[in-house]
Amino acid sequence: MSRTWVTPGGVHPPENKHQSVTQPIGQLPIPEKLIIPLSQHIGAPATPCVEIGQQVLKGQVIAEATGMVSIPMHAPSSGTISAIEHRPIAHASGMLAPCIEITTDGADTWIEHQGISDYEHISPRKLIEMVGNAGISGMGGAGFPSAVKLNPGRQRPIDTLIVNATECEPYITADDSAIRERAGEIVEGIKILSAILDHPHHIMIGIEDNKPEAIEALAPHVEGTGISVVVFPTKYPSGGEKQLIYILTGKELPAGKLPADEGMVCINIGTTYAIKRAIIDGEPLISRVTTVTGDAVGIQRNYDTLIGTPVSHLLSHNQFDEQAGGRVVMGGPMMGFTLPSADVPIVKTTNCILAPSYSEIPDDEPAQPCIRCGMCAEACPVSLLPQQLFWYAQAQEHDRLEAHNLFDCIECGACSYVCPSNIPLVQYYRAAKGEIRQAREEKVKSDHARERFEFHKERIEQAEREKEAKRVARREATQQAKADHLAATANGATNAPATAAPSGAVPSSSAADIIAAAQARAAAKQASPEDQRAKLERTIASAEQRLKVAEEKLAEAINSDTGKQDKLSAAVENTRQKLEQSKSKLAELTE
Amino acid sequence: MIELIAQNPILAALVALVGLSIVFGGLLGFAAEKFKVEGDPIVEQIDELLPQTQCGQCGFPGCRPYAESIANGDVINKCPPGGQATINAIANLLDVPAPELDAEHGEESEVRTVAFIREEECIGCTKCIQACPVDAILGAAKLMHTVIADECTGCDLCVEPCPVDCIDMLPVAETIADWKWSIPAKPGQMIATDRRGEVSPAAHNEDAA
Repeated sequence: MSRTWVTPGGVHPPENKHQSVTQPIGQLPIPEKLIIPLSQHIGAPATPCVEIGQQVLKGQVIAEATGMVSIPMHAPSSGTISAIEHRPIAHASGMLAPCIEITTDGADTWIEHQGISDYEHISPRKLIEMVGNAGISGMGGAGFPSAVKLNPGRQRPIDTLIVNATECEPYITADDSAIRERAGEIVEGIKILSAILDHPHHIMIGIEDNKPEAIEALAPHVEGTGISVVVFPTKYPSGGEKQLIYILTGKELPAGKLPADEGMVCINIGTTYAIKRAIIDGEPLISRVTTVTGDAVGIQRNYDTLIGTPVSHLLSHNQFDEQAGGRVVMGGPMMGFTLPSADVPIVKTTNCILAPSYSEIPDDEPAQPCIRCGMCAEACPVSLLPQQLFWYAQAQEHDRLEAHNLFDCIECGACSYVCPSNIPLVQYYRAAKGEIRQAREEKVKSDHARERFEFHKERIEQAEREKEAKRVARREATQQAKADHLAATANGATNAPATAAPSGAVPSSSAADIIAAAQARAAAKQASPEDQRAKLERTIASAEQRLKVAEEKLAEAINSDTGKQDKLSAAVENTRQKLEQSKSKLAELTE
Repeated sequence: MIELIAQNPILAALVALVGLSIVFGGLLGFAAEKFKVEGDPIVEQIDELLPQTQCGQCGFPGCRPYAESIANGDVINKCPPGGQATINAIANLLDVPAPELDAEHGEESEVRTVAFIREEECIGCTKCIQACPVDAILGAAKLMHTVIADECTGCDLCVEPCPVDCIDMLPVAETIADWKWSIPAKPGQMIATDRRGEVSPAAHNEDAA
């Protein structure tokens, strides 16, 4: 027997596993409706690829993987798609999530499928692709897509494959009974994994010593395969990934590191069975072993349950007594959560439905003040300081929480279990983690908003600068025109008859003239009476000159051509009026 | 040399001190030039803590001007979008006691909101586009406008200028992805009258999980 290491902390809650292993794994009648949530795993939810009213066969893909970290979903039985909508799912929030509902036809007709038996001769890449296409995600707890876990795109080769058969949480016996009945197939699955991972040096099945039947069942199958079954003393929580790795190898995974970084892969034993079914039999993951237990159900046993089976279906077939216990917990008593309703479906990670009676798991007593006894610190399997974390979580001191490695907490509940004051410690950590995550997201958002605001300000300033530049340019142009005009009028005063003559017939027609006139007017208003008089005299002189020329032109036009006659006579009239105006102004001024 | 010093101890001390002060003065001057800090780092740090909604509820045109004002001694409780959490963070940074939020500048809202333009009513006046501090509204003159919800900070500034009142501030719905556990009721409320109204049946059920 190989050496094992002992993790710090841990607790020994009553196991309560014997009730559900008295009978072999059972089969339930196919439920009328199957509800398949699109997100049963870590990563992007699957995208539906069927329509309402479409007939589907057992094993048919009904939703495709979205991107790399995602898995497809398959129809667990044949029938008709009856809804694609938001439904309550197994989530502590009790919120709705997108689901596909299948109304089953009872025929349970398989889609055509085929496995391969000589997986040794198939490239690991192809095998991983098959695992991905079968919709397999980790069945132990978190539901991480297995194909991603097995992907060889990592820096270091895998030299240790750890199969997690710990099942340390009380009440749950899904893995235990699966090993008892399916040891051969499980070992076959481990061999496939070994082939995918290029035959790691060490292959270990980690199992607690409270499952002697399972250990016995595995023994004949692992003989001569190089797979070692490592048995270690029962303690909760030994089944956490990092805990199991430490127990089996003595290596502590650093915070924030994955087992693959240390050349290890840790996979749940239920997942190895699913991988065997996917490769050898070509069947996608559409069912799993789920324990139905607790004193409030009449029959306590394991079932090979179709994914999507409503919890109420499981309960009604097991004489659930609602009077005995009102609560239904998904998962075990330590890490599970109370279901918001019994309509939620079984998903790929559901290993247990626990319906405890009130006497079995009484309601929590009200929490009392922390007495700083330190029992939580002794129980913590990650060697954290739960009571420090508790204080900081209450005070919402996020920096301190992170400094005390809150994110290494595996939320196993050992601290809450031993707390003599009944403080729901894990809830504080979960809440604090959520708040820190939210604060991080908000930080990213606010940084983004700041960037956009700065850019907005910069853009407005830029526009303002451009406007100002234009304004300056315009002002300069006007001053230039003014200067030009002044120069022109200075010249014009000396030889007014010469310059006035060519344009005399059409007075003040061009834009320059308008500006000049306006400026002249402005200047006339401001200039001294002497200047004004001189100017008016100049104007009169030039106007007289222009009138003379215009009259000459008019006479010419009358003689030769009648077309321009009207225009020219109007111009003459205009010029004459101007002359009159100027003369009257001059008279006014002299008075 | 030593004799000279021994004979004129006062002079020697004076020379030594003046020499030292010149040397260190030069060193300090050099360091001040060499390691010069551009801008006011405390303003940066305060600005980091502000929520960047750029809403102007504090009376300043944006978060940074308010950060500058705080650095110059303004009170730190003028930011309703940031709420008590921001006040606490700034108080922590500046090492001052954290006051309550000043109600004069608005109230802290529990839910995040984003602007939504009822597009069929929009007349395309571009007034909201000019008002938006983060360029989160898309549109052109006489064309319908719309809000880029992901960029909207929920600052409210576009609501006021709209001549047809077609902008609503909608609360952002919580999804499963951003749902989080809530902090349980404080322990130690063993006396029934103390905990009146504090322990809800829902909280009790969650405890059971």
